[in-house]
Amino acid sequence: MKQSIQNLAKKYDHQSTHLLQILREIQAIHHFVPEEAIDALVELLHIPRTRIISVIEFYSFLHLSPRGNYELLISDSITDHMSGKKELTHYLSKQLNVAVGSVREDGVVSLDNTSCTGLCDQGPAGLINGYPLTRLDRPRIDCIADLINQQKPLTEWPSELFQVNDNLIKSGLLLEHTIAPGEALKETFKRGLQETLAEINQSGLRGRGGAGYSTGWKWHLCYEGPEEDAFCDVDAQNQLQRYVICNADEGEPGTFKDRVLLNSFADQVFEGMTLCAVITGASKGFLYLRGEYLFLYDKLQSQLAERRQSGLLGNNILGQGFCFDIEICLGAGAYICGEESALIESLEGKPGIPRNRPPYPVTQGYLGKPTVVNNVETFLAATAIALHGGEWFAKIGTEKSKGSKILSICGDCTQPGIYEFPFGTNLKTILAECGADDVLGIQIGGPSGTFVSNQELDRTLAFEDLATGGSFIIFNSRRNILDIVHNFTHFFAHESCGFCTPCRVGTSLLAKQIDKIVEGHGSAGDVVALEELCQIIKKQSHCGLGQTAANPVLTTLERYPELYQSQLKKISYEPGFDLDGALETARRLANRNDAGAHLAQTDASGSLPIASFPPSLAVAEDHE
Amino acid sequence: MTSKIRVATTSLAGCFGCHMSFLDIDERMLKLVEVVEFDRSPINDIEHCSSNCDIGLIEGGVCNSENVHVLREFRKNCKILVAVGACAINGGLPALRNFVPLEECLAEAYLDGIGVENPQIPSDPELPLLLDKVRPLHEVVKIDYYLPGCPPSADVFWKFLTDLIAGSEPSLPYELVHYD
Amino acid sequence: MSKTITIDGKTIPFEEGQTIMDAASAAGVYIPHLCHHPDYSPHGSCKLCNVSVNGRICSSCTFPAMDGQTVLSDTHELNEDRRRITQMLFVEGNHLCPGCEKSGNCQLQAVGYHLNMLDNHFPHFYASREMDASHPDVLIDHNRCIFCTLCVRASQQADGKDVFAISGRGINKHLIVNSQSGLLKDTDFEATDNAAHICPTGAILAKRQGFRVPIGRRTYDHKEIDQVSLAESGYRPNTTLIAETEQSQYDE
Repeated sequence: MKQSIQNLAKKYDHQSTHLLQILREIQAIHHFVPEEAIDALVELLHIPRTRIISVIEFYSFLHLSPRGNYELLISDSITDHMSGKKELTHYLSKQLNVAVGSVREDGVVSLDNTSCTGLCDQGPAGLINGYPLTRLDRPRIDCIADLINQQKPLTEWPSELFQVNDNLIKSGLLLEHTIAPGEALKETFKRGLQETLAEINQSGLRGRGGAGYSTGWKWHLCYEGPEEDAFCDVDAQNQLQRYVICNADEGEPGTFKDRVLLNSFADQVFEGMTLCAVITGASKGFLYLRGEYLFLYDKLQSQLAERRQSGLLGNNILGQGFCFDIEICLGAGAYICGEESALIESLEGKPGIPRNRPPYPVTQGYLGKPTVVNNVETFLAATAIALHGGEWFAKIGTEKSKGSKILSICGDCTQPGIYEFPFGTNLKTILAECGADDVLGIQIGGPSGTFVSNQELDRTLAFEDLATGGSFIIFNSRRNILDIVHNFTHFFAHESCGFCTPCRVGTSLLAKQIDKIVEGHGSAGDVVALEELCQIIKKQSHCGLGQTAANPVLTTLERYPELYQSQLKKISYEPGFDLDGALETARRLANRNDAGAHLAQTDASGSLPIASFPPSLAVAEDHE
Repeated sequence: MTSKIRVATTSLAGCFGCHMSFLDIDERMLKLVEVVEFDRSPINDIEHCSSNCDIGLIEGGVCNSENVHVLREFRKNCKILVAVGACAINGGLPALRNFVPLEECLAEAYLDGIGVENPQIPSDPELPLLLDKVRPLHEVVKIDYYLPGCPPSADVFWKFLTDLIAGSEPSLPYELVHYD
Repeated sequence: MSKTITIDGKTIPFEEGQTIMDAASAAGVYIPHLCHHPDYSPHGSCKLCNVSVNGRICSSCTFPAMDGQTVLSDTHELNEDRRRITQMLFVEGNHLCPGCEKSGNCQLQAVGYHLNMLDNHFPHFYASREMDASHPDVLIDHNRCIFCTLCVRASQQADGKDVFAISGRGINKHLIVNSQSGLLKDTDFEATDNAAHICPTGAILAKRQGFRVPIGRRTYDHKEIDQVSLAESGYRPNTTLIAETEQSQYDE
């Protein structure tokens, strides 16, 4: 093993920044990271073993103990649940004779849940050794179980099991016309770099990840660099190391547009990154690809190779003297790495823990250097703007939200897939396009976004109204809102990085409290307690994850207070745990089952009139 | 004096240390009984709460089924229920057993422990069964006030009760708040 | 003219590069905190020091002081949230003060006292955590770790070692040590390390010191944490000038 680890370390120049990439490869070979490998890496990378262990234990796809030779993960996204995920997983577990969350005794297969795999339009979905399985149903599961039991290598599995479709249903401004590789760069060099930046500013392009920061301004700030360098001479300015990062860690449940953009429009994304590099003076770029999109990796690498061949990347781009190249780095199952500073930490080979801000990445990003982090779609749009001009883009959309937005639509509709709409389009129009009727509500922007009810369908897609990174999940009237909230709340508890107290502890408390209410143990004070907890998590958390983790509860509580209230018992209090269940061990050991060996979950003590709280003592006058 | 304030007290999974500390209010007890009448309490051996208690003071956490029944009796009959001391508030020292599976606890005590004769886990309907974990009171019933300390000092009891009796919202100043 | 911020209406001078916490401490204004220590780089994770800066919540230990900031810290609302955050720490681990040698010298406890925290409010997690008593001089009780990373930073920044790290994600976070066995005895840790004496709770304790100072005569039995903390960060009450202006609007 030592030799293979040495080779691996060499492949990555013994750079500890590539620790995550190295560990991914080790996991892929051994289905865990063996002790020997850790020992070897300590020596080879000159880092403490605590660093290696903390990275392994941070990312869901890395393990310290062996998984099966077939690591099977089933997506836990709400849309997978809506298409029968629970029942299918149960069936799969039976067919393979392995419990969820465990490894089969013979070590051949392990089964577990995983957060949304970005295949919500073709679920229920899963991953096997990192590669996607789509449209799971009983026949497919039978087939998969057979293949695993025969221990057939994945390369010999029928390719239709892995078939991922684009489902590009509606193209608009950006997706209607493809742009030939180099076209936008040539136009940029012809027009001039500052002039092109001006076009991007004029276009009004804002970040497509959801936050909506002005793209042109971000690029400008990165070019300027940190304040202390702002007034150095132009030559020194040009010497500054800068980085361009494309955030393809598309982890928000219900989002899958970046998968399609990288599958079918990758050149345009790479071109956008290159544009950004020549404008800001960056010489190195990274595509941070979420681990779930491993299946795109080889294809993207060959596209990069072609671009190098065509002089669109490398030491002298289009003969203009610019030097820029792009490296693809894979994530390993951590939603938090979609947060830009966590992503940068991850790229540096560390756990994806969001940094304190300021400083912001534009001044101190990757390895402390000025860094632009933009979404896949943002770079795609920038390429189109560089070619067609700012005016072309700005004439579409609304005052504050220019251009179009690419949506990933899934859930209860006849045609889930990718849709491009001008900003300002209202929900009614979108629902009609994708064939959704009997709509109860829509989750816009994923779990961290907003739940809108069917009373709000005149609202529009726009930063000033409903902002979204692209997730658009439709629920019809047969869906239970509390089930949805339950799924989302557990998602955040699972994905919290654990850095700050309010999010680390708060999201888990929130999951407990939602369980209590959903399972029918809630009583008078529990919704008040729920809301109070939500407000603390929202207000006091370190980053966007914590600040939005309570949104599923808050946005539904605001719209359906009666739904939560109706779930509560009309009593003052009920325990949040199963009282009788807590006696089970003692009952078994004492071999008892008499009436005295059981406890009711509530009794008359819990039925006190609710109005008596908070209590006060009516004090008779003669006490004075 | 028919309208004395009725105070009930009990110890669940506790050591009676909180009760001892309460008695440390010493001569102030005489003043207290002018306005307070004790209901169910180990002080007077009354076995059950009457239905109109004003204040219930409970020390100790909830470790078995009997604790649950007693706690519920207090909740049902007391207008104000107070968790007294560390064990009532977070399980306290008895909760140290929470980190050992119940099965192992019982095996050590009744089967494998040193000096055990006639090893068997007791099975008698008269005996309360142990919960798998020792719980603080607020995880089983609604609690209105908390008096921290191991035990809370006599002054804590005095301050709290005199506040309540005076009809004001009880509060503990900094120097009376202790968790040990 | 020197630059200033206001905290709860007090005008406080600061120097370029200082955080809000630095400026506050230097001026004798205590902001509750657990993961911050003036000798080490700030971390910003416990969130007790969150303050409102021009209406926005920021960690005062990491957020730079900037001229003209209006900072609110000692407000009813923020203190309520701080109490809840402290309660979160209490239910997350297993903090049973009466059985802990750190009791009375514990900052987690003292912050609880300062915030008038009387109960744990939330349901407990009953986390199953281990104890590492392998080292001859120092023990780790993981039940009491609050992931402040002060031991991690002290070991790196003051001891020139790398004994500790925080591993895991979310509620499964845990402290690990730098040895193959995972035990403290197999690291290069020594009882004289700064990291051995920095833990704000009873997670890292020196052995054979138990009850040298009786309960009731320990640090926070006599002094409130605000005074202790300010003294530690070098504040001397008579040498720093605090201009008190326009205070009335912040009075409760």
